[in-house]
Amino acid sequence: MTGFLSIRNLSVVLAGTPHRLLRSVSLDLPAGEVHGLVGESGAGKSMIGKAILGILPRAIEIAEGEILLDGQDLLQLPPAERRRLVGKTAALIPQDPLTALNPSRRIGPQITDRLVDILGWKRAQAEARAVELLAEVHIPDAPRVMRSYPHELSGGMRQRILIASAFAAEPKLIVADEPTTALDVTVQKQILRLIAEMQSRHGTAILFVTHDLGVVSKVCRSLSVLYGGKVVEETEVRAFFRGPKHAYSAALLAATPKYTDPDTSLTPVPAEVIAAVQAEVEAADGEWRHVR
Amino acid sequence: MLDGRSAIKRRAGLRLWLSGGWLLLIVLAAILAPWISPQDPLAQDLFAARTPPFWEAGSEPGFWLGADSLGRDVLTRILYGARIALIVAFVAGTLTCAVGAALGLIAGYFRGWADRIVSRLVDIWMAFPPVLFAILLIAVLGTGLTSIIIAIVVIDWTRFCRVVRAEAMNQGQMDYVASAQVAGMSRLRTMWAEILPNVLPTIVALLSLEMGIAVIVEAILSFVNLSISTDSPTWGGMIAEGRTSIHQAWWVLVFPLLTLFLTVLSFSQFGEGLKDRFDPVLR
Repeated sequence: MTGFLSIRNLSVVLAGTPHRLLRSVSLDLPAGEVHGLVGESGAGKSMIGKAILGILPRAIEIAEGEILLDGQDLLQLPPAERRRLVGKTAALIPQDPLTALNPSRRIGPQITDRLVDILGWKRAQAEARAVELLAEVHIPDAPRVMRSYPHELSGGMRQRILIASAFAAEPKLIVADEPTTALDVTVQKQILRLIAEMQSRHGTAILFVTHDLGVVSKVCRSLSVLYGGKVVEETEVRAFFRGPKHAYSAALLAATPKYTDPDTSLTPVPAEVIAAVQAEVEAADGEWRHVR
Repeated sequence: MLDGRSAIKRRAGLRLWLSGGWLLLIVLAAILAPWISPQDPLAQDLFAARTPPFWEAGSEPGFWLGADSLGRDVLTRILYGARIALIVAFVAGTLTCAVGAALGLIAGYFRGWADRIVSRLVDIWMAFPPVLFAILLIAVLGTGLTSIIIAIVVIDWTRFCRVVRAEAMNQGQMDYVASAQVAGMSRLRTMWAEILPNVLPTIVALLSLEMGIAVIVEAILSFVNLSISTDSPTWGGMIAEGRTSIHQAWWVLVFPLLTLFLTVLSFSQFGEGLKDRFDPVLR
């Protein structure tokens, strides 16, 4: 079955060079499902989300492939139309809540802007909805928060606001780009639970970018493991934790720190596994370049 | 109650009041010059030549800060000089800011070829020695208020451009800009609605600084006799004239110099104070 987000052979290069940062990535995401993108730093997991949303850094360009969102190939659309379609159907929960809200504007307009721009709502209607949304993400005293500036709120608070505003215009797809990485562990847990809760209430499909397999086991139904810009394994979460098929995925899983036993030291991914997966990516794909 | 933030605010408050107070005084002087001046700024009275200020022996009533070697009242000329100084400060400052900030914003946010063109232009521009450049320009354009303003804009837009470009580049990388793009905002509107408000505190501080610099440039040009015609008193012109009689009448040089110094200082402090006061991150 092809999902409502379907990526076909997507390759992304460093502009003006043949160096590929994503290598023929294919991915299907059915409506309403949560899919994890896992890998080390530089594996290209964020790049996929950015390519979908059209916010790749300017030094990086799409070389080939298709990104079908709701049956339309984003890469074939003219920029203005693409922006409109993405704005209507997708949203982003960014990594760093400290820089993801405009510091010189109050919270309220930053949420209501979307409702006014995307859905064409009236300001008053949008404000009422924003209060509801803030209540949904368990923020007490929503009217006061809407009058605040971002720097007056804590990191966890800001991440809640970003979640509320991502869900605001009822998108069908949310790209969550390491939404818990910048938060401390106790807040991480609350935020994960909140994302899961919002997801099941709104039935939104989420592409969950993370390097933390623990997070994947909690919120995702399926996942893709990336290495060097290539998907080395795509599978259901349950099957993955029962027994990963690829040697690299297995090593990655083994390297997850076990908080239950503080005496065991961390297990790194063994060098021979890395050599093997590099060789594999290289063999399937020609030139190898260290992207890390 | 005494945390770091309120300490910053208090200091900024005092600075803002002192510099703002002086600037207000200068603005009032410029507006009210014809009514509050004790003398005619151009009236020469050779019997009053080099009259000392009021507290020194030999002073005369009506010449509070003394008179120059042609017997013109120093206080009156300072008050009238404020007019030219402020016109130059506001008009040249604002125009310089508009040109430099607009180019800097575009270069810093859009990057790519726009940035390459603007940045090279700035590099080339800054290789010219500014005062010589100004003198050359005035020599070509002819003296007069408009020429001075044009010269200041042409010399100084790079200052804004560089700072605003760096700041816009910085802001452009923040996640809130990416979020705005995802929500379907066009690049132009993102620049206007998301980036500009965050660069504004910097622009305001620079604008105020630039107004001070404009006053200095005008004074320099007056000093080398390339400013407005000698009929309208300017602080720079007074300093130039005072220089020749410094040993006989120090007041002709010192009072305009002091006024110039305090005004330029106030402009820069006022800008910094405003920035500290209204930057939401510091507030």
